[in-house]
Amino acid sequence: MKQRLPGQAARARHGWWKASQWLVLRRLAQVFFLGLFLTGPLIGVWITKGTLASSLTLSILPLTDPLFALQSLLAHHSLEGKVLLGAGLVLAAYALIGGRMFCSWVCPVNLVTDGAAWLRSRLNLPEGVTFSRSSRLWILGAVLAVSALTGTVAWEFVNPVTILHRGLVFGALYGAGLVWILVAALFLFDLAVSSRGWCGHLCPVGAFYGLIGRKSLLRVSAIGRQACDDCLDCYKACPEPQVISPALKGAARGLGPLILSGDCTNCGRCIDVCPERVFEFSPRWMERKSKDVSSQTTRDGTTKAAA
Amino acid sequence: MVEPSSPLETSRRDFLAATARTACAAGFFGTALGLWIGQARALPASTLRPPGALAEDDFLGTCARCGLCVQDCPYKTLKLAEPGSGPTLGTPYFEARKIPCEMCSDIPCVAACPTGALDKSLKDISKSKMGVAVLVGHETCLNFLGLRCDICYRDCPLMGTAITLERSHNLRTGKHAMFIPTVHTEACTGCGKCEKSCPLEEAAIKVLPPKLALGVLGSHYRLGWEEKEKKGSALIEGTIDLPDRGYSPGEPVPPSPERNSQGGFKEFRP
Repeated sequence: MKQRLPGQAARARHGWWKASQWLVLRRLAQVFFLGLFLTGPLIGVWITKGTLASSLTLSILPLTDPLFALQSLLAHHSLEGKVLLGAGLVLAAYALIGGRMFCSWVCPVNLVTDGAAWLRSRLNLPEGVTFSRSSRLWILGAVLAVSALTGTVAWEFVNPVTILHRGLVFGALYGAGLVWILVAALFLFDLAVSSRGWCGHLCPVGAFYGLIGRKSLLRVSAIGRQACDDCLDCYKACPEPQVISPALKGAARGLGPLILSGDCTNCGRCIDVCPERVFEFSPRWMERKSKDVSSQTTRDGTTKAAA
Repeated sequence: MVEPSSPLETSRRDFLAATARTACAAGFFGTALGLWIGQARALPASTLRPPGALAEDDFLGTCARCGLCVQDCPYKTLKLAEPGSGPTLGTPYFEARKIPCEMCSDIPCVAACPTGALDKSLKDISKSKMGVAVLVGHETCLNFLGLRCDICYRDCPLMGTAITLERSHNLRTGKHAMFIPTVHTEACTGCGKCEKSCPLEEAAIKVLPPKLALGVLGSHYRLGWEEKEKKGSALIEGTIDLPDRGYSPGEPVPPSPERNSQGGFKEFRP
């Protein structure tokens, strides 16, 4: 029997664009953010200098990875104001829009692990080793502890995100070298060892951004959940499927329809692949509104599902 | 926090066991990371940090590995360490023998550093201490062999201050002078121009981290002649100055060679 791939049904019902728009926008954003850093080294037009660790855009906007700043401060080193300002700006932005939007819209490793997930679904591979979703929080804790104990920025000794980004910006990736081996290892790990293993379970950078974004204002909402026909396409497409259930199926328990977990990367893939158009981006304050409405009158799935 | 609904109630014991498992795994990971850091924080002696870099331990805790200093280096001197390239991953460094520091007067690398890993209190590049040049090849340096190579001396941006040529007698020929390139460590910035320009296959003069290059006196050491000068008189009063046998201060010291009218040494005939 031919397996059902997420997105096929939505494409048949709503056309290619409606079934792919967030994925396309996300890829464009990833290319855009990489492009900001790459135009300088490649064609001499400097927009953003530096790398994701710390950068300077148009000679005026300093941005810094707040996880780096946190590790450095824990390691008892004082940082200059410019870098603290940059880290503050990044923190504030992701606290507003959702921390893990970094993972799905900016981080270059996402291209590697999404590639592995894509191939994995086509090859219909088994789940493989499963790690607890909380593993990354423990790893984050260990990284911060090691930073404090060794007086160094511990994660930067192994961080695939910055290794890959440096490889792109400083050119180590354009020749044969160890960076390629690292990229291949990440790809094969996600493909053959553990489904969504790296970004979904182990990466402490993602864990950190997930914590930042727990109260973020931009959310995905299962606003049309009464139309759900349990096709499971959203679960299959989602890199963090555990975040969907409370929003999609929690009506009876008074949960949702907003996806509230900080683990949600706001990638919008569920919006694309749902043939019933259940999901949409929604500001956080819509939660209260929809609850109020449903408690008063006949608002969509909440009352229906409860009935 | 909202938990996903599960058909199975996780028992307290299962939960604790799972937590303990993950905690142990995290502990194992942390230990491995700590051990790896111990290995990976080594800085090979052939690699130098940019001007103004904090002491290595502070540097590794402050540098963001962002590469802004590298991108603002006009001579492509600075590089970021990639996996397998020697210094701690992602940190900026240079190799004097490949591209030395040109000692820009506006120090753009320091200006670009957002974190303070390159110290902005460094305003004068000639005060920087990227390393210290050491003439290690006493058996290969052409000047030590009695030739007048002098390239390191002439290429030194602080010629005559950081490197001087010190004349001494060539004992091998017995009748020539040797001009020994001599580094004055308090003036040397460690820019590496001397190491780069040394014409030997392997440079006889090398820039080393100050820690490797310099001896340090014990903090309790006092130099008698300096103490005496400070005091302005003998350090111990009332000592009797006995005559030295076979030596009286007025006579010339026997081994001192005679000079001719041009100031050179008298021809030696064995």
